[in-house]
Amino acid sequence: MLHIVNKSPFQTSTLQSCLDHALAGDAILLIEDGVYAAIRGSAVAAAVTEAKGKVTFHALGPDIAARGIAPEKLIDGVTSVDYGGFVDLVAEHQTNQAWL
Amino acid sequence: MADVRRFLYINRKAPYGTIYALESLEVVLIGAAFEQDVSLAFLDDGVFQLAKGQDTSGIGMKGFSAIYRALGDYGVTKLYVETDSLATRGLTLDDLQAITFEDENDGYTEKPSIIPVNKAEMAKVMAEQDVVLSF
Amino acid sequence: MKFSILVNEGPYTHQSSDSALQFARAVLDKGHEIYRVFFYHDGVNNGTRLTVPPVDDRNLQKRWSELAAAHALDLVVCIAAAQRRGVLDEGEAKRHGKGEGAANIAPGFRISGLGQLIEMGIQSDRLVVFGD
Repeated sequence: MLHIVNKSPFQTSTLQSCLDHALAGDAILLIEDGVYAAIRGSAVAAAVTEAKGKVTFHALGPDIAARGIAPEKLIDGVTSVDYGGFVDLVAEHQTNQAWL
Repeated sequence: MADVRRFLYINRKAPYGTIYALESLEVVLIGAAFEQDVSLAFLDDGVFQLAKGQDTSGIGMKGFSAIYRALGDYGVTKLYVETDSLATRGLTLDDLQAITFEDENDGYTEKPSIIPVNKAEMAKVMAEQDVVLSF
Repeated sequence: MKFSILVNEGPYTHQSSDSALQFARAVLDKGHEIYRVFFYHDGVNNGTRLTVPPVDDRNLQKRWSELAAAHALDLVVCIAAAQRRGVLDEGEAKRHGKGEGAANIAPGFRISGLGQLIEMGIQSDRLVVFGD
């Protein structure tokens, strides 16, 4: 399962809900305001880092760049993907779920 | 049918404040005609959709909570409700309206459509689907 | 692989229409097929030809129409959501007595029912939802 999260974790509990329901081996893709969860040293960084043992984390590069988040500010192990990578992630996973 | 897919409708939003709960329900009703394997998931604020005693007479909007009780007639009989989400919001299953269906494979016995699940069970329900729709 | 896309938000308020468009382009660039794009809720506002964004802003309707023309995309606007929000084709404008020239559905878009959304869930290998 690919989980797609587009909400800032500082605004809603969507990311937490997603983390609570993601199974081992799932992937999480952060897009739009969801990419703010990928910033190192934030209040949710520990939750993201802890979940990395169970799921893979990806964040949409164009959304990261648009929001002025420098690549070196990303949490280690969060992979930046472009829209082509977004398509590949969807294709690689049998199902995907948008956490709207 | 050759190609029956498992459809899961995710409901994570409360009714009335935004249109998503109602429009999700409309898709479910239309989708019922396609004879797919349909489940509904209610978690986070989505559990508020099923609260009993909804009265919209004072807000100028049409109430739609009665439609959930008719879902059984459309063959939609699996409403997974996350108990953790209820507890977080100060609710129990008793605060939800009763929703039932007549089981045609069991002499049309009336059975509950609401299936209480915890977070881990809900995660499993999500993982078992072919198409996951959220609004 | 056959992809379908559901767009739940209108243009210019939420990023989801832009995201969906970028995603659709990338799907095609990767050599996949787009079975259908379905517009629901305020998403139907992507399909009105009457929007006039400032010249230095992107015109989302135009981008969708151009993508549809280039790749023979099936862009479907939900009829119930569209009628609520004043997005009409010739037939609907006439049926509701809205007068000559009231039809505002943009080129490349068509208006149809929610069954089209279910059908794309059945017919596609992947369905991706963009919304709020």
